Amino acid sequence: MTHATTEDFYAGSSDEEFDAVYLAQGGDWADIVADQAERGDETIVVNMGPQHPSTHGVLRLVLEMDGETVLSIRPGIGFLHTGIEKNMEFKTWTQGVTYVTRMDYVAPIFNEAVYCLAVERLLGITDDIPERATIIRVLMMELNRIASHLVAMGTGGMEIGALTVMTIAFREREMILDFFEAISGLRMNNAFIRPGGVANDLPEDGISHLRTVVDWLKKHLPEYATFCNENPIFIGRQSNVGVMDLTQTMMMGMSGPPLRATGYPWDLRKTQPYCGYETYDFDVVTWDSDDSYGRFRIRLQECWESLKIVEQCIERLEATQGQPVMVADQKIAWPAQLSVGADGQGNSNEHIKHIMGESMEALIHHFKIVTEGFKVPVGQVYQAIESPKGELACHVVSDGGTRPYRVHFRDPGFNHLQAIPMMCEGGMMSDVVVALASLDPVLGGVDR
Amino acid sequence: MSDELTPEENLPSTSGMPAQQPVFASKAGMWSRGSGDTSGYGGLQRELTMPGQSEPPFDEPADAIHSRALEVLPEELGGARVLFDRGELTIYVPREHLTAVAKTFRDDPHLRFEVCVSVSGVHYPQEKGEELHSVYHLLSYTHNRRVRLEVSCPDEDPHIPSIVATYPMADYHERETWDMFGIVFDGHPSLTRILMPDDWKGHPQRKDYPLGGVDVEYKGAHVPAPDNRRTYS
Repeated sequence: MTHATTEDFYAGSSDEEFDAVYLAQGGDWADIVADQAERGDETIVVNMGPQHPSTHGVLRLVLEMDGETVLSIRPGIGFLHTGIEKNMEFKTWTQGVTYVTRMDYVAPIFNEAVYCLAVERLLGITDDIPERATIIRVLMMELNRIASHLVAMGTGGMEIGALTVMTIAFREREMILDFFEAISGLRMNNAFIRPGGVANDLPEDGISHLRTVVDWLKKHLPEYATFCNENPIFIGRQSNVGVMDLTQTMMMGMSGPPLRATGYPWDLRKTQPYCGYETYDFDVVTWDSDDSYGRFRIRLQECWESLKIVEQCIERLEATQGQPVMVADQKIAWPAQLSVGADGQGNSNEHIKHIMGESMEALIHHFKIVTEGFKVPVGQVYQAIESPKGELACHVVSDGGTRPYRVHFRDPGFNHLQAIPMMCEGGMMSDVVVALASLDPVLGGVDR
Repeated sequence: MSDELTPEENLPSTSGMPAQQPVFASKAGMWSRGSGDTSGYGGLQRELTMPGQSEPPFDEPADAIHSRALEVLPEELGGARVLFDRGELTIYVPREHLTAVAKTFRDDPHLRFEVCVSVSGVHYPQEKGEELHSVYHLLSYTHNRRVRLEVSCPDEDPHIPSIVATYPMADYHERETWDMFGIVFDGHPSLTRILMPDDWKGHPQRKDYPLGGVDVEYKGAHVPAPDNRRTYS
C-alpha cells in the first residue's frame, strides 16, 4: 500500500496542488521511507508541531528535509495568541497584572515585575517603593529564575532522553512553587507583584519555610552537575549543536543564556540595574562554547548565583520585619493587604471589619480604588529586566486614564525564535529539538 | 509691585514647543459610557496631550546621543522633534529618513546601537495625518544606553520603510506590528501575519477594532461585554 497521495486533506481550498503528500499515522515510518525512496523525491517537507511535545508548547516548525538533514526550517507561531495586550487596554492598571502573569507562565513573576516597574516609572514613584517590597520582589524573581531554569534544563534533558533530569527538576521546582503558594496563594499566575509594591507580606513562617527551600535546593542542585556535566552522551548530544557565536547573537538580537554562552557578560541586573540589584553580591555566569551545552551550564550555574541572592534577601527580610510592602500613597496602593486563607488567596478579616463596620470613608475609598483604579500621567516608558530567558521588556503608553493606552511586551522567546533557521539549517533533524530547547522559548510569552 | 507679570507671562514658557501638540485624548466627566455620569463632575472637560518637545541639556547619555545624532545626521534630524521624558530619550524621525537614521545609529562609533530590541506599534486615531506610530527601542552594548525612535505615518498611507536590512532582528517585530496595526514595512523580506491566522481580516490592536466578547446574564443581572462597560478612563 502506498502512503503517497496527491490529495492533501489539510490544504486550504485555495492552495495549489503540489507534489506528493504523505500521511503518517504512526508505526508506518518504514513504508513512508520506502515510498519516498521509490518515488525519488529529493526533499520532503515535515510539519513538526504545533502539538509536538518537544516544541515547548504550541510551536509549529516546518522543515524541509533531505534525508535527515534540515535544508530549511521555518517557525510558525501564534497558536497561543490570546490578545493579552489588547485585553489590558480595557482593564485598570492593577488588573493588568493578572493578564501579564499568564504570558510566560514558567516565569510569571518576571512578567509582573517588568510591568509594575514600567507603571511605577510612568507614575514617577519608583523611589517611593518600600524597601521591603523591593526585597520581596527580588526574592520572588530569583526563586522564579531557579524554577524557570529547572524547567529549561529538565525538559531539555527529557528531549534528549535524559528523563531523570526532568523528574528531579520538577521535584525541585515544586518546592519553589510550594513556597510561592504559601506566599501568594497560587503556584503560578500569582499576580503577586502589584503597581506600588506586592500584594501581601510574607506569612509568619515565611522565612523558615524559605530556609527549608534553600536547604533543599543546596542539597539537590549538585545532582544536575553529577548527572549531566561530564556525561559523555549528554555532552555529545549538546555540544556544537545550535551554535551561535557573538556576531550571530548580536545580529539576531539575542540576550540571556544564548548571549552569555558566547562569553559576553551581558546581564541587565549588572549593566542596567533595577530593584537594587547593584547592592547584591552575585556573579554573571558566562561560557565560551557558543552552543547548547554552554547554555545548559550557564543555567545550572545561574541557579547557584540566584541562590546566593536569595540568601542575601533572607538577611534583609529579617532586618526589615514589619515594614510596609506597599507604597504609602493611598491613592495608588491597594486598600488591603490580602491574606492567604485556608482556601488560597483571600481578604484580610481586619480590613473587612474596618470597611464594613467602622468607617464609611474607608469603604468608599476601597470601592473607588478597586472599581475605578488610579490615573497614570500621560507618557510612555520602556522598562527592561533580565528574565531567565533574556531581555524581557515592557513598552507602556498612558493617555492619563485609569487604563493602559497601549502595552507591548518584548518577550525574549519571541525574538529568539527568529534565530532557529540560523541555528538548525544544515544540521540533523534530531538536533533541531536540542537547539530549540537551548533557547527555552515559552509560547505563552512568545504569542501573548 | 513693579515687576508684576501679565497673565500670559505667568504661564509656563512655551518657547521651543512645537506650534501645536496634538490632543492625545479628550475626556469629559468622571466616567463615560454605560450608566449616566452621576458624579457631579459631568461638566468636567480635560484635554490631554503628550509631553511636547524638550530642549537640551538632558542627562549625560541622552545629550551624548542627541548631539552626536545631530552632528552626523544634520539633514535628517535637523528639524526632528526630540523628547526627554522620565529619563528616556525619544527622537521622532521623519519616515523618509528612517533607513538612513537606523544605519547611522548602528554604524557610527559614538552611537553604535547594535540591537533594535523591540518594535511596537501604537495607534493614535486622534492625531490626524499621523495616526499610526512605530516605536523602535535601540540598545547599545558598547555604550550601555538606550534610545527610542518614533516614526509615524497616516492611516491612508500606512507605509514605513523596513529596517530589517540594518537590524535583522527586527524581522518578527515588524511582522507583528504589521499584523496588529496594518503598518506596511516597505522592503521587509516577507511581511506576513505572525500571530493572527493568515486569512484574518483586520488589524486587531488598532483602536477602532472592537475587543469583542458577549454580554453575560446571571440570575437576572446583566453584565455587558468588557468593551461596553462603564469606563473611568
